[in-house]
Amino acid sequence: MNTKGLAMTRPPALLGTSGIVFLIVLAVVAVLVPVLNLAVTPDSAVHVPTYVVSLLGKYLTYALLALSVDLIWGYVGILSLGQGAFFALGGYAMGMYLMRQIGTRGVYGDPVLPDFMVFLNWKELPWFWYGFDMFPFAALMVLLAPGLLALVFGWFAFRSRVTGVYLSIITQAMTFALLLAFFRNDMGFGGNNGLTDFKDILGFNIQADGTRLVLFVLSAVALGLGYVLCRFLVRSHFGKVLVAIRDAETRVRFTGYRAENYKLVAFVVSAMLAGIAGALYVPQVGIINPSEFSPANSIEIIVWVAVGGRGTLVGAALGAVLVNYAKTYFTSGILAPYWLFMLGGLFVAVTLFLPKGIVGTYYDWREKRRPHDDIPGAPIAAPGPAE
Amino acid sequence: MTSRARLFRFARLLCALALLCAAAPFGRAAAQDAGAPDISAPLAQLTTNKYDDTEAALGALALSGSPAAAGIVTALAEGKLVFGGTPPRLFIQGEAGALLDPLTLQPVAEAPAVKPVRVNNRVRRAIDAANGALSLVSPDAGKRREAALAVGRSRDEAALPALEAALAKESDPKVKSAMNLARASILIGKEGITPAERIAAVELVGAEGNQDALAILRSVPDSAAPEVKQAAADAIAGIERNLALWGMAQNVWYGLSLGSVLLLAAIGLAITFGVMGVINMAHGEMVMLGAYTTFVVQEVIRTSYPGLFDVSLLIAIPLAFVFTGLIGVLIERTVIRFLYGRALETLLATWGISLILQQAIRTIFGPTNREVGAPSWMSGSFEIGQLAITSGRLWIIVFSLLVFFALLATLRLTRIGLEMRAVTQNRRMAASMGIRTNWVDAMTFGLGSGIAGMAGVALSQIDNVSPNLGQSYIIDSFLVVVFGGVGNLWGTLVGAMTLGVANKLLEPYAGAVLGKIALLVIVILFIQKRPRGLFALKGRSIEA
Repeated sequence: MNTKGLAMTRPPALLGTSGIVFLIVLAVVAVLVPVLNLAVTPDSAVHVPTYVVSLLGKYLTYALLALSVDLIWGYVGILSLGQGAFFALGGYAMGMYLMRQIGTRGVYGDPVLPDFMVFLNWKELPWFWYGFDMFPFAALMVLLAPGLLALVFGWFAFRSRVTGVYLSIITQAMTFALLLAFFRNDMGFGGNNGLTDFKDILGFNIQADGTRLVLFVLSAVALGLGYVLCRFLVRSHFGKVLVAIRDAETRVRFTGYRAENYKLVAFVVSAMLAGIAGALYVPQVGIINPSEFSPANSIEIIVWVAVGGRGTLVGAALGAVLVNYAKTYFTSGILAPYWLFMLGGLFVAVTLFLPKGIVGTYYDWREKRRPHDDIPGAPIAAPGPAE
Repeated sequence: MTSRARLFRFARLLCALALLCAAAPFGRAAAQDAGAPDISAPLAQLTTNKYDDTEAALGALALSGSPAAAGIVTALAEGKLVFGGTPPRLFIQGEAGALLDPLTLQPVAEAPAVKPVRVNNRVRRAIDAANGALSLVSPDAGKRREAALAVGRSRDEAALPALEAALAKESDPKVKSAMNLARASILIGKEGITPAERIAAVELVGAEGNQDALAILRSVPDSAAPEVKQAAADAIAGIERNLALWGMAQNVWYGLSLGSVLLLAAIGLAITFGVMGVINMAHGEMVMLGAYTTFVVQEVIRTSYPGLFDVSLLIAIPLAFVFTGLIGVLIERTVIRFLYGRALETLLATWGISLILQQAIRTIFGPTNREVGAPSWMSGSFEIGQLAITSGRLWIIVFSLLVFFALLATLRLTRIGLEMRAVTQNRRMAASMGIRTNWVDAMTFGLGSGIAGMAGVALSQIDNVSPNLGQSYIIDSFLVVVFGGVGNLWGTLVGAMTLGVANKLLEPYAGAVLGKIALLVIVILFIQKRPRGLFALKGRSIEA
């Protein structure tokens, strides 16, 4: 069987077939949805109402979030049960910018303090709110807040060689601690209610149809760029080391690589991607509150990736959109009481019958049919006997 | 109330007493039984319908020792004390508006137009004081002691004469010491006593050594002699040291109590996760199922066998074990057994199972909290020194330790325990020795689940029984197991108790939420230091 060996020597294309298909579909959606929203009259069957645009935009941010999980889980083997924390931190950074934009239009009309601070009788802005009235600063914090947390957390954890289940449990503890902290009013992030009642973003009304369309398109662009970035990372030499770490970390270390540094870089990049997803999510949903930190949310993200196919990137995005579409569809109808049965059943069924997820299973099937095809993604399957 | 005002009232009381002596020959003395103290003067005073007089009369009644006094004070408190006629006479309004003589409680022949004696807040306070003084001479020793303690707390100088009178007659040593303490409490703040007397009072109160004594000692007047102040300061310092120690002990007790809850929640997980390596996110739901088993057992008992309520928990414990154990075996046979060696995927599958179980319970029992009652032996509390201990918490600690040691014994001493350990250590070797590893897997998972169910019975006593019950324990449980060291039961015990006590010792300084956050951060940092937990299994493998 040296056809496979031959394929291995040829570096996989930056995108590969599935990547190209993914980007084309994404581009079509990013163009078609605004067109169907603007150019088609509301009574037409193919008209896309604005709330659907925001809903789709939300799915796209989830897809980016799932992508960030797949980068570390699928390619480095880090099962982070705290990815929701990075997402929420990015969201809070954006939410703080949006709060500062409200200005005197709040209920209490205070030019500087957000409503909840007036309500709590605070006299001046806490220091960590400084600068959030400037978009570039907020945008920087969207990257830095999750990135720094991931850097510190990862630096400690990877250096001490906390791996596997232990790492999962402490990431969960991390997001749980943040959940508790953000629930506190004293933290200065709006406590239980979080941040909401946004008015403007960069001077545009956040409720306006046009703004929503732009946010949607931006989400699609971010997802596309995120995909290309991840793809670039995982097919580089760096990415190969990551996969090696996933499959045999000790062996990689014995070969002379500083495995912890590789893991740390991947972890930080992943956290920043999650932060961007959160920052795009908040203006489209209109609220950010501490429940985004809840450990259950982070586990759900893992499920999206598992459903779509771990270690395939495309699958992660697909899984996020599919599961969330199903969630929207089923929780609104008469089937609402049964949604949790379905979601729970889905988890069990996927782990039992589709351990590689939808896309991973498809790759396997394609590989069997066309043995000359190049290696798609980075298959999770345990390597067969040496060739 | 300032001491000046108290003194003023005391003076008024003395006036009332004087008035009582003066009025005695004239009033309605003829109507009284021979031998009973004469209370006609305060009765007359009550008919003037002036607050000052009413208050003074109450003081006099309290001291009178008359058997009718208690009835009159109660009637006044209930607004049933009325007066009318010329000269004004006092009546108690009985059933259906009949007017009764306040002394004999017999209906009176001719009933004049009456109106109730007015009461304001000051009078109400006087009523309370009078009631206190009256109970000081109650025939029931327990009531007398209660009254003495109440007087000591109120530190009302007006009660001093009554207290001293009662003290002179008291024979019960316990009541007597309470009365002495009350007297000392009053004397400390009283003006016009000698420093020696005051120091004696300070020492008596200081020996009590509790929070109340502290407050009393702090009220030594500024005008007191320096040696009195010194004695008070010493006594305060001593009490504060004492209280700090007790406070620490109380926090440790709370910590042990929390630790036992953590232990209960985590101990089943120590089997399914620690021993079997299944990241069992459905563990919390097993606890929840145990709690609902308790609910169902109590419902059946309530409707069919009300007499058995006190043993409902004892019935629920084995039932919960069997029921959740069977559910556990079912889960293991249908899902988990296909996932051995894929630890992270068991997380997803069991998370799915937990969602299904939660929703199933929500569908059957509804989303709201269910009422689970506490049997009589679980309620109540007692004190050891300054330590308040609730029986329920004590039983939970005992129960958690019982479960722990029973589990330890099962693993160490029984055949199935031996097989479980063999399978976890070396599955293929165990299989070739003839152990049915499939069966042992199912039993192990069932055992872990069953223990979680028993924990649910205990937790139903201290937490809301709702479909979300399990969710609140799952993170803590994992932290305990990981902190203690996966695969080590002793680690789970030590981990649970350490985290419980640390949490409660942090709470006074950081508050409940910050304390919890601090603890999570500490555990995260601890895992960096010892990535395999407190009691890591020793092995030669590079990758555990």
